[in-house]
Amino acid sequence: MDAALLLARWQFGIVTVYHWLFVPITLGITWMVAIMETAWVRTKNPVYLRMTKFWGKLMLINFAIGVVTGIVQEFQFGMNWSTYSRFVGDIFGAPLAIEALLAFFIESTFLGLWIFGWKKLSPKVHVFTLWMVAFGTMASAFWILVAGSWMQYPIGYVINPATGRAEMANFLEIVTSKMLWSQFPHTIFVGFATAGAVMLGVSAWHLARKNHLEVMRKSAAFASVALLVGASGVALTGHFLGQVMVEVQPMKMAAAEALWETEQPASFSLFAVGDKENSRNAVNVVIPRALSLLSCNNLDCEVRGINDLQAEMVENHGPGDYIPNLFVTYWGFRLMVGSGMLMILIGALGVWFYLRGKLDEHWWFLKLALWVGIAAAFIGNATGWIFTEMGRQPWVVYEVLLTEGTNSPTVPAAWVATSLIGLSLLYGLLAIPAVYLFVKFAKAGPGEESENEDVAASMVY
Amino acid sequence: MDQGILNLETLWFVLIAVLWTGFFFLEGFDFGVGILLPFIGKTDEDRRVMINTIGPTWDGNEVWLLTAGGAMFAAFPEWYATMFSGFYLALLLVLVGLIVRGVAFEYRSKNPNAAWRSMWDWAIFVGSFLPALLFGVAFGNLVRGLEIDAAGEYVGGFWALLNPYSLAMGVAAVAVFTFHGALFLTLKSKGVVYDRAVSVAGSMSIAATVILAGVMVWSYIQGDGGVVPGLLPILAVALLAASIWLVRSKIFAWAFALTGLTIAAIVAAIFIGMYPNVMTSTIDPAYSLTVFNASSSTMTLQIMSVVALIFVPIVLGYQTWSYWVFRKRIGREEVTTAPH
Repeated sequence: MDAALLLARWQFGIVTVYHWLFVPITLGITWMVAIMETAWVRTKNPVYLRMTKFWGKLMLINFAIGVVTGIVQEFQFGMNWSTYSRFVGDIFGAPLAIEALLAFFIESTFLGLWIFGWKKLSPKVHVFTLWMVAFGTMASAFWILVAGSWMQYPIGYVINPATGRAEMANFLEIVTSKMLWSQFPHTIFVGFATAGAVMLGVSAWHLARKNHLEVMRKSAAFASVALLVGASGVALTGHFLGQVMVEVQPMKMAAAEALWETEQPASFSLFAVGDKENSRNAVNVVIPRALSLLSCNNLDCEVRGINDLQAEMVENHGPGDYIPNLFVTYWGFRLMVGSGMLMILIGALGVWFYLRGKLDEHWWFLKLALWVGIAAAFIGNATGWIFTEMGRQPWVVYEVLLTEGTNSPTVPAAWVATSLIGLSLLYGLLAIPAVYLFVKFAKAGPGEESENEDVAASMVY
Repeated sequence: MDQGILNLETLWFVLIAVLWTGFFFLEGFDFGVGILLPFIGKTDEDRRVMINTIGPTWDGNEVWLLTAGGAMFAAFPEWYATMFSGFYLALLLVLVGLIVRGVAFEYRSKNPNAAWRSMWDWAIFVGSFLPALLFGVAFGNLVRGLEIDAAGEYVGGFWALLNPYSLAMGVAAVAVFTFHGALFLTLKSKGVVYDRAVSVAGSMSIAATVILAGVMVWSYIQGDGGVVPGLLPILAVALLAASIWLVRSKIFAWAFALTGLTIAAIVAAIFIGMYPNVMTSTIDPAYSLTVFNASSSTMTLQIMSVVALIFVPIVLGYQTWSYWVFRKRIGREEVTTAPH
């Protein structure tokens, strides 16, 4: 592979996964803090204000990194992938522009109003600004997924014979795509699950130390519900998303299962060691019929294998290797699903202990929530994206445009190496103050009730 | 073929010019405040006053850039692709600047440690200065024209972008934004920050006018087949010169309006001068990207037009409201009640 292309792909992967460590927290926590503040406005119970203030600060520390790393996302299509941008701009550019106009303006303006408006806005208007931010984050997720899901499942377009480029033919078809409407709820549930896991982990740290019990018990209970509902929603929507994938991108699911030969009924692989030379698995531990069940809701259906799909791709698109990186897709899929299952378990335990009034009694659960819950959320988020993007390869737009040759022809490898190293270093360095501040404020805990008057001053710059 | 100006391509060209104008007008004073941070903000308190004058609104201002970029991608993919890949290393530096600056605003005052704060203050300064300079350089290159080949790709490399004229445009951008930012501080701060902003606005009014006048004269005499300057640059310099008198008479609100108009006049001069080109080729005029050969399909432009028609007024509405909410001046007492 051409060095500039390889470096550009690494850069895209690194900056996107990094961006996506912060954004899911934002997606969930804005809603959760908005709910807390609403509870405070309605009940005037000071515990809710202390919660709002405490989690709100952590929300802001996280939000900042998500915002600035998002700028890179928008610029790098043109910087690194100019041939891709020329080809898809007619379809792909529109949702990006709409995202900026509909979502970014709302998020940034209303977050500014929320941070600085404590004394200037009435409580009702103040909480309204946070609801607007929460709505903005969701709109942002929607519009970027309009663009992203089109790459997975290109519909509603025609290739202009004069220019050889994709052009929009049916906007409605693009925004009602079944891929989009599987990915969007999946992503939103991910947000709640991730924010729930982080919130539960931080609360658990305090509960284990018997700190701020009133605030932390309430927070842990709320977070457990968000985690359980979020992670269960992720699993359910993931199941539907998987079925859409089987239908429109059978190669990705075959790769996720290391399923070389078409099977009927098909088995679900638990552990496999691939042997790509001979197009088979050296070792494979399976659950019979389970893949059929997952793919089409019955125990007998046929699931197509890599070898058949590769032959079909060669027939349709000419000679080439159309098999994605199997190690990454197979293990990425398993790590994603495994993390999701762990998160459901931890959320369920949290809800169970809460209902029995024993949320802070089991030290092992508190440790599990802190160390395993948060780690699972990040691993699940990263591997989920890596799986869905790497599983689409070698295509950048599935079965329409190959990734190879879509990077910028005028950007030499040395430039890409410069940006790859520069951005990776910068991102790595930025993680230090971000984590430092997050841990500092997380450990400091909520202020006491008497400090509540300072809420306005404590948030300004 | 003359396609006239009553078409969607031209409409989107104008809208993108408006988005860049909005960005330079709004983020221009944010950049100015950031550049002035080490000069006007002698103490930590003063620096906090300055940062808090733009605190609630800087991020919304920056979204004008993201919308301009997104609109270029959607309406003129060829322009977006050629410009963003062609200006690669320059844009990388812009990104680095915007990243460290954005994080700095949020993180700086969340830790009382002096070294921590000084690190982020530097990030705000560099993250304001660098993008201001480089956006000036980028537009200078659009004015001059670029080595665009038959395939519509920029093939001139990185160093050719740093030509004397474009660098001068960069310096002019820094000077005008710094003046614009000083005037913003005269309207939004009180106390010692206000006093220093008044004095800086006085000297910057002269410096910015002289620098801008020099660069505008240069624009008229360079005959590289780029932009035809027209009369707007003269108007821009005249507006800026008029602000010298307004600053002396302490009529800062009007002076601020004039620096805003100066910025708008320069962006308008560049876009009107380029039209119908969006990137002029110095290799062969036939290779230039134009609003017609770089644009998206009619359907995409129509959809985008409807979306813009509905949402741009709404955005303007709530951004204006936000400026209204935070209309009061910021002084030491607004930032010292914090427990830090």
